[in-house]
Amino acid sequence: MDIHEYQAKEVLSNFGVTVPPGALAYSPEQAAYRARELGGDKWIVKAQVHAGGRGKAGGVKLCNSEAEIYEATENLFGKKLVTHQTGPEGKGIYRVYVEGAVPIAREIYLGFVLDRSSQRVMIVASSEGGMEIEEISAERPESIVRSTVEPAVGLQDFQAREIAFQLGIEPAMTQQMVRTLKGCYQAFSELDATMVEINPLVVTSDNRVIALDAKMTFDDNALFRHPQIAELRDKSQEDPRESRAADRGLSYVGLEGNIGCIVNGAGLAMATMDTIKLAGGEPANFLDIGGGATPERVAKAFRLVMSDSNVQAVLVNIFAGINRCDWVAEGVVQALKEVQVDVPVVVRLAGTNVEEGQKILAQSGLPLIRATSLMEAAERAVGAWKNDLDQNTRVRAVK
Amino acid sequence: MSILLDRESRVIVQGITGKIARFHTKDMIEYGTNVVGGVVPGKGGETVEGVPVFNTVKEAVEATGANASLVFVPPPFAADSIMEAADAGIHYCVCITDGIPAQDMIRVKRYMYRYPKEKRMILTGPNCAGTISPGKALLGIMPGHIYLPGTVGIIGRSGTLGYEAAAQLKELGLGVSTSVGIGGDPINGSSFKDILEWFEKDPETEVIAMIGEIGGPQEAEAAEYIKNHVTKPVVAYVAGLTAPKGRTMGHAGAIISAFGESASEKVEILSAAGVTVAENPAVIGETIASVMKKNAA
Repeated sequence: MDIHEYQAKEVLSNFGVTVPPGALAYSPEQAAYRARELGGDKWIVKAQVHAGGRGKAGGVKLCNSEAEIYEATENLFGKKLVTHQTGPEGKGIYRVYVEGAVPIAREIYLGFVLDRSSQRVMIVASSEGGMEIEEISAERPESIVRSTVEPAVGLQDFQAREIAFQLGIEPAMTQQMVRTLKGCYQAFSELDATMVEINPLVVTSDNRVIALDAKMTFDDNALFRHPQIAELRDKSQEDPRESRAADRGLSYVGLEGNIGCIVNGAGLAMATMDTIKLAGGEPANFLDIGGGATPERVAKAFRLVMSDSNVQAVLVNIFAGINRCDWVAEGVVQALKEVQVDVPVVVRLAGTNVEEGQKILAQSGLPLIRATSLMEAAERAVGAWKNDLDQNTRVRAVK
Repeated sequence: MSILLDRESRVIVQGITGKIARFHTKDMIEYGTNVVGGVVPGKGGETVEGVPVFNTVKEAVEATGANASLVFVPPPFAADSIMEAADAGIHYCVCITDGIPAQDMIRVKRYMYRYPKEKRMILTGPNCAGTISPGKALLGIMPGHIYLPGTVGIIGRSGTLGYEAAAQLKELGLGVSTSVGIGGDPINGSSFKDILEWFEKDPETEVIAMIGEIGGPQEAEAAEYIKNHVTKPVVAYVAGLTAPKGRTMGHAGAIISAFGESASEKVEILSAAGVTVAENPAVIGETIASVMKKNAA
């Protein structure tokens, strides 16, 4: 789960990380008022969306007066911010964060990630702050400092000092850097984060170490023990279909194509999408309905897939192991009687009792297209979609 | 022979009194697995499917001589159960549980390193379907009847995609020495490389099939290992060609977040290491069969 910058800053400051004075606003009036409360004569207004690259996309503005703040925020609220991380549809701006400007002397990149190779938390830092980490690794790989944390004892002072010296932090500020690094690690491990990124972490001209930006991602599997973090979830930043799926215990990822997929198991779901692509089509979604393909789950899955208006054919691929195919087939038939599906549906069942399953599908009287192998299923789904598409084109042409 | 699991394995089920655990315990016993007991704190003295339940793994090991364990414990408590098994002297543990916090798994891995290698428990999973040595024993939730006994060693991250491969092999009359699910989580007990090492040593395994997917470095690490240490032919399939970058595809570990983690990059890395890559999931069985034929000639 992702949280907003202002939330991450609040979390991190509770662990000893210094952040600039700032305040949240839900309207231009409030933004201007909050700036007056903060004081000073230079402010940064930042759109709060769950994505990086906000600056380049016009989501961050430097303002010199309350009037400028009003104008800048008026142009942000209600808009969709499109950055290289949001996809073409962008993310809605419903909150802005107003911060007092800070005199920057130098910028540092600081990231904490779960390193799957060492199976530990890894600190990644670079003297080239402000750039994306991907750009840094491509253009200035020698500037990157890495350090892994021994989980039994946590981040040690000497490690934090090593990082500070490698980044060329002046000795007078080493202690501040150590406090920042240890604070981030503590937040990461105590709150079950999977990523903490401060980009940039700045050294100010008056010798302070301050987190100018902050991003945190949390382990969904650990939210049960962090209710205060779970509360920070902002559904306005999620794909509505994906959040609806997650709330129903299904795992769904919307894509650009037009062949809807309903599959049990994540690996098989990805493999099914790959086969569609090889057969000349494009999958509309990833959808894993889980091990037990009960009729209720299949019906939920159909509703979800059909809520995507791009879907022009559906491919159901279920490998029934412990659940028998005849039972899954009954589920599919029942679901199709409940949910109105007006596009061709291809069903491929495999595993236990496959013949009985096929028989149930055949005798249902529903216009289902059946397939036995995975390749055949994908080819039929693509074929059905193309046929359907041709007909639609014809209809449109006649009109 | 087979790896990790055979007729001699004495199995306990941790969390045996749960509905799903009960169901699969029955299924494993019917398959011929030597299930000797179960563990649920506070339920010691009860009986499930004819086997005794103990309060602790230590008691279960003392009373039954158990050396293998299947963990069916809910996510918040699963890491603790795995560590309990490691401490009680269990040799091989499969964890089925999906949804264990990643940092709990970091702690589990760190904990297991307290033991010298010869005494260290082997863990596969979590978030896997289990391990089966067809005709001998089943430690997991997979449908036993789709596997024929044979000489193909399977290692896979995904459950149902692994079933797909086994069913394709059965269709071709080919069997499996052992199939090991390493699970879909970002931090797992054993990697492809760890299990490759076992299959390379197993005289019964003739060819090794790796079923990978997007996310993480383990396929690339396996490629490096295969290049230098594996003499047996290896076939691979990598799922997720169409998966977009930065999105989690069902499995917590199936996310492309760094270079080398996409399906096409993994295919390239594996091919360069001499692995035969099945181009699509529908031909995993055929590809294994043709490699076996070539190997026999």
